[in-house]
Amino acid sequence: MALTDLSLMELSAQLASGMASSVEATRACLSRIGAVDGQVKAFLHVDATGALAAAEASDARRRQGRPLGPLDGVPVALKDNFLTEGLPTTCGSKILEGFIAPYDGTVVRLLKEAGLPLLGKLNQDEFAMGSSTESSAFFPTHNPWDLSRTPGGSSGGSAAAVAAREAFGTLGTDTGGSIRQPAALTNIVGLKPTYGRVSRFGVIAFASSLDQVGPLTRTVADAAALLQLLAVHDPKDSTSSPRPAEEYLAGLEGGVKGLKIGLPKEYFLEGIDSEVGAAVMAAAKQLESLGATLVEMSLPHTRFALATYYLIATAEASSNLARYDGIRFGRRPKEVRGLKELYAQTRSEGFGAEVKRRIMLGTYALSAGYYDAYYLKAQKVRTLIRQDFEQAFAAVDLVLSPTSPVPAFKLGAKVDDPLAMYLMDVFTLPANLAGLPGVSIPCGFTREALPIGLQLLGRPFAEATLLRAARAFEREHDYFRRQPTLQG
Amino acid sequence: MSLTLDDVRRVAALARFTLSPEEEQRYLGQLSAILEAVAELEALDTSGVVPTSHATLGEVLMREDLAQLSTVSTKVLQAAPARVGTHFSVPKILD
Repeated sequence: MALTDLSLMELSAQLASGMASSVEATRACLSRIGAVDGQVKAFLHVDATGALAAAEASDARRRQGRPLGPLDGVPVALKDNFLTEGLPTTCGSKILEGFIAPYDGTVVRLLKEAGLPLLGKLNQDEFAMGSSTESSAFFPTHNPWDLSRTPGGSSGGSAAAVAAREAFGTLGTDTGGSIRQPAALTNIVGLKPTYGRVSRFGVIAFASSLDQVGPLTRTVADAAALLQLLAVHDPKDSTSSPRPAEEYLAGLEGGVKGLKIGLPKEYFLEGIDSEVGAAVMAAAKQLESLGATLVEMSLPHTRFALATYYLIATAEASSNLARYDGIRFGRRPKEVRGLKELYAQTRSEGFGAEVKRRIMLGTYALSAGYYDAYYLKAQKVRTLIRQDFEQAFAAVDLVLSPTSPVPAFKLGAKVDDPLAMYLMDVFTLPANLAGLPGVSIPCGFTREALPIGLQLLGRPFAEATLLRAARAFEREHDYFRRQPTLQG
Repeated sequence: MSLTLDDVRRVAALARFTLSPEEEQRYLGQLSAILEAVAELEALDTSGVVPTSHATLGEVLMREDLAQLSTVSTKVLQAAPARVGTHFSVPKILD
């Protein structure tokens, strides 16, 4: 078995026992990246020197009997919207081409303090706006399961890197589904924690009331281990929760006996690929046979979630992306006549079409005369969506649905139809609007051997229950051991 | 409310974008389609509903209003596209 075939927790065990070293594991990842990333194109930047230096330091600590923790020496990689000091950080955009981050974000600092080598930065839809990684200004990432298809997005590079065994785990961000949907399309685990569970300081903002950082991994235990490292209160993020984190690994094998799992009828309507629907229903039945109770339920305002999201997220994005003005960072055009021209040229040349589209939509929704009808209205509907979930969680412990209505789609299939692309997130974005934790786990493959993902949503700060239920399903299958066949 | 070319131009100006005529037409079509899709919210009765203005699920956190020294300023200046000493250099604003 190659080192890169191990899960993050399996590697952690081998590092602890001395069966493997961090330098060996890091070299194995770098070698794998060299062999397959020409086809997958998950990475925007590989930091071999930095990763190996961190790996050597980790091995030295272990030789002295002083590891920093259970994940000391496990190589991971990060989506390119995490500020990493001294490394390029582009957010998948030309407007930040050449930008070297001046400091580490909190989550990056936590990973470094725990001893994890950082392999590099991963491709994404530009400014996290997209569901296929095709709006990256640099190149699209390819799904390791079928290179002619997208890995989903916006954390497509993060998902593809784990699926292709280029890293033992990665971090992404999820604003409307950008961790869960690519996880579903690539046969891996993707976790979006409760809003406020993980610090957003040093994570380039898309929509500040929706963004959350989370892990993408091969197994549920791997995701639990990474979450444990990151679920820390951060005074630098005013939305960071002071609520102490639970022990996510301790109760992982607890099973689902006694848990009530709701199936919202609005999530099982037409438009879902029939194989996806069948696999998810089979998974629900299996959870029932493991001791859970399935409950039919309704989330009545579901059909308004897409519109609500696309008004709130774009409005917040138009504000957050106003800082890209060519003054303090990023690219600046050489020949400009004045300040207004500087702004217009920087932004017109630096942003791609999807970003411009969303900024304009958000600007319109916030502009005088339209604010009440669009932005304020959306905030009220957001309250109704939250209330749907509050009522639901009075009767059930978890909500189950497909993660994505369809399996991985062909590159280029949806780029000319923005609305078709937005529909990829119908099942994932309500959790962002309501601030709830959600996980996508593998639950099978289509006849064309494309992965299918199952989504579970939980109450606020109930990640432990979510992970326990996910693990109960995971251990009945071997999906997490399956790998795409990539000729290196 | 259907979108007009003037709307697109106005919004582009607010967002500090310069659009080509071809881009103006393309965004007009795409933004119109999206706005049609979000129009369904109008029909929903939200009278008496308090808007969600805070995303946090608990209290809004407060802290003491104490200044702290920031030490990243030199590193931040390194990212500047154009600088003069400890200042960001910008085109002339006033003629």
